[in-house]
Amino acid sequence: MDILLAIAIMALGAVVLGAALGFASVKFKVEGDPLVEKIEGILPQTQCGQCGFPGCKPYAEAIAKGEVDINLCPPGGMEGVQKLADLLGREVKELEAEEKPKQVAIIDENICIGCTLCIQACPVDAIVGAAKQMHTIIAPLCTGCELCLPPCPVECISMEAIGENLDNWKWKYPVVEIKAAVLQKAA
Amino acid sequence: MLMNLFKFKGGVKPPTNKTQSLTLPIAQAPLPSRLIVPLHQSIGGTPRPVVQAGDKVLKGQLIGKADGWISAAVHAPTSGTVLEVAMHVQPHPSGLDALCVVIEPDGKDEWIIHGPLDYAAMTPEAVREHLQQSGVVGLGGAVFPTHGKLTASKTVPMDELVINGAECEPFITCDDLLMRERAEEVVRGIGIFRDLLQPKKVLIGIEDNKPEAAAAMRAAVDALNEPFLVVQVPTLYPAGGAKQLIRVLTGKEVPAAKRSTDLGVQCFNVATAYTAWRAIAYGEPVVSRLVTLSGNVHAPRNYEVLIGTPMGELLKLAAPHPDTDGIVMGGPMMGFLVPNEQVPVVKATNCLIAHSDRVFPPKAPEMPCIRCGACAEACPHELQPFELYWFSRAKNFGKTQEYHIFDCIECGCCSFVCPSRIPLVQYFRFAKSEIWAREREKNAADGAKTRFEFKQLRDEREKAEKAEKLVKVAAAQAAKKAAEAAAAAAAESGAEAVETVAAPITAVDAEKEAKKATIAAAMARAKAQRDAAPARNTAAVTIEQQHAIDDIEARRAVLEPAPQTSAAPPAEKAE
Repeated sequence: MDILLAIAIMALGAVVLGAALGFASVKFKVEGDPLVEKIEGILPQTQCGQCGFPGCKPYAEAIAKGEVDINLCPPGGMEGVQKLADLLGREVKELEAEEKPKQVAIIDENICIGCTLCIQACPVDAIVGAAKQMHTIIAPLCTGCELCLPPCPVECISMEAIGENLDNWKWKYPVVEIKAAVLQKAA
Repeated sequence: MLMNLFKFKGGVKPPTNKTQSLTLPIAQAPLPSRLIVPLHQSIGGTPRPVVQAGDKVLKGQLIGKADGWISAAVHAPTSGTVLEVAMHVQPHPSGLDALCVVIEPDGKDEWIIHGPLDYAAMTPEAVREHLQQSGVVGLGGAVFPTHGKLTASKTVPMDELVINGAECEPFITCDDLLMRERAEEVVRGIGIFRDLLQPKKVLIGIEDNKPEAAAAMRAAVDALNEPFLVVQVPTLYPAGGAKQLIRVLTGKEVPAAKRSTDLGVQCFNVATAYTAWRAIAYGEPVVSRLVTLSGNVHAPRNYEVLIGTPMGELLKLAAPHPDTDGIVMGGPMMGFLVPNEQVPVVKATNCLIAHSDRVFPPKAPEMPCIRCGACAEACPHELQPFELYWFSRAKNFGKTQEYHIFDCIECGCCSFVCPSRIPLVQYFRFAKSEIWAREREKNAADGAKTRFEFKQLRDEREKAEKAEKLVKVAAAQAAKKAAEAAAAAAAESGAEAVETVAAPITAVDAEKEAKKATIAAAMARAKAQRDAAPARNTAAVTIEQQHAIDDIEARRAVLEPAPQTSAAPPAEKAE
């Protein structure tokens, strides 16, 4: 009898806990994959497609599934790779393509014929213009993805690196300067 | 003065070095060879240039128009010719360029037409607007546009207006001399601020190492019969920090991420009050300021200097010693070495110190932190600089924010007391600017993501709309055809129609039938039209032509056995 009672108690416990877990899984269900969101938060959102995926989200999804490497995003740079490696517990790998400085697209308005092809190509709506009217780039919105370059029939779009100015200037890491001085002496 | 003063925690007492530049009264600096006036001299929007190369300008003429509410206008400091509007190196630790208006003085120093304003008749809005147009900004060093601070909060009653004459940083004496020599105008300027903000009390805080300035201010307050209190506060760096002075005078501690206005306190510098009064009482915009020249020089003194004067040229007035190897703008605690001698004096320039290793002996090399805690004791904001240092050094920016790095006012007390000579403030500046940069990048990325998602949504919607339209058109056409087919069937056979309807025919057959019927109907219509139309070129034909026509018609009649009626009318006409 004791054994039966024990089994009954265990069974009852199993039912109660199972019900609680079942309820929790329905009640606290997380919509979407939180990992994808975290990965997407690290990606620079240039939507440039240099990773081979049509946008940052598909790449984030592929990383989350473990299908691709974490070093395919040149705009994110080595810092992005480092962050992804920290998040996913993967090994840091050298970036596939070379790292470029941040750049912005510039339309030569004297050459532009107003074909609207670049407007359609821009993934982040950073180009304004209308058919047969001059187009221009809204520089603060441009992510420098270069997707507008190939469609332009008159090659009037060029990329320009964003230099250091008073608005984006940063104080340097104090130790770096000391290191540089040592290197100069050595040279 | 029977007034209960409060204390702020920490603070240091560096050698003040103020007496050197106090021996002589304020002097007027001569016109420089050229003036480089940066357009962006205040917090907020960069003023837009309204002059171009070759323009003649008069002293006080607008050259940069304020861009937005938090922005202040910029004016020509003297009369002359605009040489260029171009990028020049700024008095900024970065050594980067910004847009400047370069003016060659004509030596006449001729004012634009200006005069006193009818202050009594001006609305508060008009006063604020005028101060913005006159380029009045906080001259204590933060250069926040003054008009932006002169709107009383609607929710919090304004208790105290604090006027900052503490001038706690070593070497600097420009506010001291301003109060000594021009106390009356300063007090009148404070009166303007009082009128706009309607505070319950006005407190003028002056460090007790400036008894002459305090006496002059008291005399001016009494002479003008104003209820302002001139309070001497203990000399302790950084008593001149806005939050510290507010703490000392009112006992109110401004919490992190809040402004003093949330506590009913507003703070202005004495020099700001002076320029505000000049702007109202004389209509003079801010084209000059007092600058202390001190440090490694023969003749330290305070000068009234035009904005845009190259610093090297200005410093020559004080006869720097030959071993001078740089210019520090600001004091030794918070100032920085300017990139070169050509950088101009701006509204934020209160002091130039000739730098040499004699005046500022080079620091011994940095040593490891020994965790003595001296920095935490010195910090006037009760932060823990050693913690901030470790996290900044490790680039652990999240942690630095947990330790309130943005409350740090970069006063330099921690670096001053550090026995290991660690440049703590540099680490904090690095961490702060890094956090700001990340914030900017994050915002940009978020914006790009939202726009990308919206574009995708829009593309999808457009595609769906197009598909829907196509389906609709196809459906409409099908319905039309079906109706036509039914009509044709009904017309073909009245009685048979009943049978056709009764007979089970497939939709395809019906469609085919309908098509055939429409084609037949169209052909019939075309034929009827052709038949109905008379030939128009047969009215005046000769007999030979008529014969030719008859021949052709005859041949056609042979080929087409169908009845020919069209040949008859011309023949009739010919007859």
